[in-house]
Amino acid sequence: MEAQTIIAKRIAQELRSGMLVNLGIGIPTLVANYVPESLNVYFQSENGLIGTGPIPEEGMMHPALTDAGGRPVSALPGACTFDSATSFGLIRGGHVDMTVLGGLQVDAQGRLANWMIPDKMVPGMGGAMDLVTGAKRVIVAMQHTAKGKPKILERCSLPLTSMRPVSLVVTEMAVIGFPEGRATLLETAPGVSVEQVVSATEAHLTITGAIPEMILS
Amino acid sequence: MKMISVEYAAALIPDGASLMIGGFMGVGSPERLIDELVRQGKRDLTVIANDNAAPGRGIGKLVTAGLVAKTIASHIGLNPETQQQMLAGKMAVDLVPQGTLIERIRAGGFGLGGILTPTGVGTVVEEGKRRIDIDGKSYLLETALRADFALVNAFLADYRGNLYYALTARNFNPVIAMAADTVIVTAENIVPVGSRPIMSSRLQS
Repeated sequence: MEAQTIIAKRIAQELRSGMLVNLGIGIPTLVANYVPESLNVYFQSENGLIGTGPIPEEGMMHPALTDAGGRPVSALPGACTFDSATSFGLIRGGHVDMTVLGGLQVDAQGRLANWMIPDKMVPGMGGAMDLVTGAKRVIVAMQHTAKGKPKILERCSLPLTSMRPVSLVVTEMAVIGFPEGRATLLETAPGVSVEQVVSATEAHLTITGAIPEMILS
Repeated sequence: MKMISVEYAAALIPDGASLMIGGFMGVGSPERLIDELVRQGKRDLTVIANDNAAPGRGIGKLVTAGLVAKTIASHIGLNPETQQQMLAGKMAVDLVPQGTLIERIRAGGFGLGGILTPTGVGTVVEEGKRRIDIDGKSYLLETALRADFALVNAFLADYRGNLYYALTARNFNPVIAMAADTVIVTAENIVPVGSRPIMSSRLQS
């Protein structure tokens, strides 16, 4: 299974019926492909939409119905639109149950850096700082390493997105949580050993007892 | 409310003006007005908007033409020209978290001096700002933003200036329409007063 498929499938298991969920660009967007049909999940796009549906078929696109990347989307029955102040009121005000974002680095306490690489990539934070600060649960979807180098570090070398620790980091190798402010190995991916995760992680990982394997259908 | 041509509307805007421009990645931007600003070659503009769209699209056209001296935005990542001009020192870029940006604009339009937000506390966004603790939680004091002009796009306007927006083309538009000294609207449709139910924001300029 491809790395991003593992990550997206595992994160989809965190969804619960009735949740309002914001998905970032990249791997997070793929999570929508693995929502069980029995679940009623509402997706928010920060440009002002609740009830975001799949990418419309050719010829069914509406120029004024787009996601936060400006790409055409559909709206499900019962969808609503609103201005940006309301959209970020939803986000900062804790009305968004869960957000899934990409990550560049995460530190040992679960603090995320995902918005810039000084002098190299300065795209702007967009809505990321508000989402990490305000959503009820924050899940990071990212590859475990970049060019063989760990991304889960004792300290981030890149500027942080928020001081607030994230809830969960899901990679193609592991699920890591941060109870009591400590990076803790919760699950390993199928075929990945605890030792492999530890050697691909710079931050100290708390490991208690036998670590279960991710169950991916 | 006055009905004016797009040429006359753009001519109202002097070089060096500050503009709030609606749109999110170009969706809901007043394209005809932007095209006319480019044609008239307005210079040294300060553009306050969510993003810089992309080359050839929305605010991206102003960037390509080299008319923007400064932009205050939450995201410029999809416009490589903005990044090039920023790195070359031709354009000043002030990056602001999206929720903070729209709320600073809302404050400017709603008669507030600023807002307190938890977003950015402890990050580079905090530099140079006051941190205020309330009930054990930290917030940044973010000051209000206003502009000389708001350039708004609406799906529909009536002859009194009531505006209706389409779907996600709403975004920054109704908020900036409160926060500028002069508001210029391009509407895709203009209809008689009273032909639409009372259901959306009203604005006059």
